[in-house]
Amino acid sequence: MSTVSESIFTPATAERFDKLVTIYPVPRSALVPMLLYAQDDLGYVSDAAVAEIAHRLNLLELDVRNVLSYYSMLRTKPAGKFNIQVCTNISCMIVGGYDILSHCQKRLGIGHKGVTADGEFSLEEVECIGACCWAPAMQVNYDFHDNLTVEKVDSILDDYAAGRGQDVK
Amino acid sequence: MPTLVSHPDEVKVISRRFGQGAAQLDRYLELDGYKAAQMAIDNGPQWVIDTMKASGLRGRGGAGFPTGLKWSFVPKVSEKPKYVLVNGDESEPGTCKDHVIFLHDPHAVIEGTLIAGLAIGAKTGFIYLRGEYRYLLKIVEKAVADCYAKGILGKNIFGREGVDFDIITQTGAGAYEVGEESALMESLEGKRGVPRIKPPFPAVVGLYGGPTVINNAETIASAPHILLMGGEAYAKLGSERNGGTRLFGISGMVERPGVYELPMGYSMKKAIYDVAGGVKGGKKLKAVVPGGSSCPVLLPDELEVGLDFDQMAKAGTMLGSGGIVVLDETVSIVEFALRTIKFYQHESCGWCIPCREGTDWIKKSMQRFYDGGGSTKDISNMQYLAENMLGRTFCPLGDAAAMPMIAFFKKFRPEFEAYLEGKRTAKHFITTDELVGVAH
Repeated sequence: MSTVSESIFTPATAERFDKLVTIYPVPRSALVPMLLYAQDDLGYVSDAAVAEIAHRLNLLELDVRNVLSYYSMLRTKPAGKFNIQVCTNISCMIVGGYDILSHCQKRLGIGHKGVTADGEFSLEEVECIGACCWAPAMQVNYDFHDNLTVEKVDSILDDYAAGRGQDVK
Repeated sequence: MPTLVSHPDEVKVISRRFGQGAAQLDRYLELDGYKAAQMAIDNGPQWVIDTMKASGLRGRGGAGFPTGLKWSFVPKVSEKPKYVLVNGDESEPGTCKDHVIFLHDPHAVIEGTLIAGLAIGAKTGFIYLRGEYRYLLKIVEKAVADCYAKGILGKNIFGREGVDFDIITQTGAGAYEVGEESALMESLEGKRGVPRIKPPFPAVVGLYGGPTVINNAETIASAPHILLMGGEAYAKLGSERNGGTRLFGISGMVERPGVYELPMGYSMKKAIYDVAGGVKGGKKLKAVVPGGSSCPVLLPDELEVGLDFDQMAKAGTMLGSGGIVVLDETVSIVEFALRTIKFYQHESCGWCIPCREGTDWIKKSMQRFYDGGGSTKDISNMQYLAENMLGRTFCPLGDAAAMPMIAFFKKFRPEFEAYLEGKRTAKHFITTDELVGVAH
């Protein structure tokens, strides 16, 4: 598979992609991870990202979009710098998941899939994130926060707003 | 960060290395790590499969299929390469056990994958984690890299000529359906996660068309322990036809939620009241979702049942993924049922009609019912819709949606009827003005 001379991604991601297309029995197996890593780089999967990934995997852009539209973590519009994902599925719901979601909505002034005007935060109500025994839980980008209370959420959001938040990538 | 819990009734096999820094290869080796893999090389594939059969280990993803038997189905000779595939796409609501394994003992998953590979004659294994588990993927990636550096993976592993094994880690990007084995293979091949028709089963035609063993992460991570302690010894820890122990994630309204390792067949009642400390705040128990959200709900007088696949089936429910969700008297079952069907409606891949339409119509009816526009006929109608999904869908997602809903309608019909009359005594959890919903 050809490497791309002028990649739209950061050098680290472009290098990762160069390698990723070689490790599987079939290059296309790299598609789902590439879409997610592309999103980590750009904040969303842009048209240009779709074009470059299609080129790298020798696929039609249509093939790429067909897969892109299936997975719930992938988005084609920018989210906030910090994407707050509050779980409200059963284990979280019965110990206050909706109180956490509702608090985030009020504090940030946005609803499900909304982005704050300054682009710092976005909010999502998500399905089970696998933190049921430490509920209620949420993720900020990839970082897990559990055993939440409204006060704890405030301090977590304060930290991110002040640039002190963790950002796992 | 998930907190570890402990209880005297626990039998720690798979959780033996939790909290001991075993994510570091050196530490894992100190704790008997990779001894089982070397035993597997020394004793050969048939010994591994016989030991796994003797252990009585059954699939921890929820289906409960005997693991040794599954491994034995893979043809010995195959033109296409064979593969081992680890399902770490843990997404069943109420389930967080694999989360803890990847965090505390990633090498057990790697070693189990290697053992499965040796047993079936595969040279490549894949460990697939859900996209949300990025921090765990990084832990697993580091563990895999450490193994390559130490000659535990790659060519001529452990210095044995001609023994090769590679592991590739993979991330999903958010889809419950990808937890279904054939949908996971589609996803790993870079496609939408829709299920494949069976037969052929993965053991014959799986990933890239090659014979494939696909196991849940906990199942795979159990394999090294089984080889170390012996199949019979492992089997004895559990109950009849249900060998060993498993991780139970007890969540919801209990005093001490957490992931506990209990012997198969352990009493459900004791698990809730002794191990998890009973209902939080001394409240009355209303119901228990016994093995992830797809399992039919149990009532307080139905808890005298052993936690194994057969006893749970006899009790009209399932052991599932071991995620026990405890509901106290304040939970509205109407609301709980709505949240359950909203999940399945959101996650239905849309590939087959009974599931796509069934989940959508039950959700729409449930939402209207919840909002106050319901009628008595709706209860029977929703139950009828669910019953007509059973066994008529391409993959188990349709059943997973239908079974819990049928149980809610059957076991809590009086509550649904009372709801119609405006008797909504239970606290409502969905506090947002607009019921935001995950639907796009």
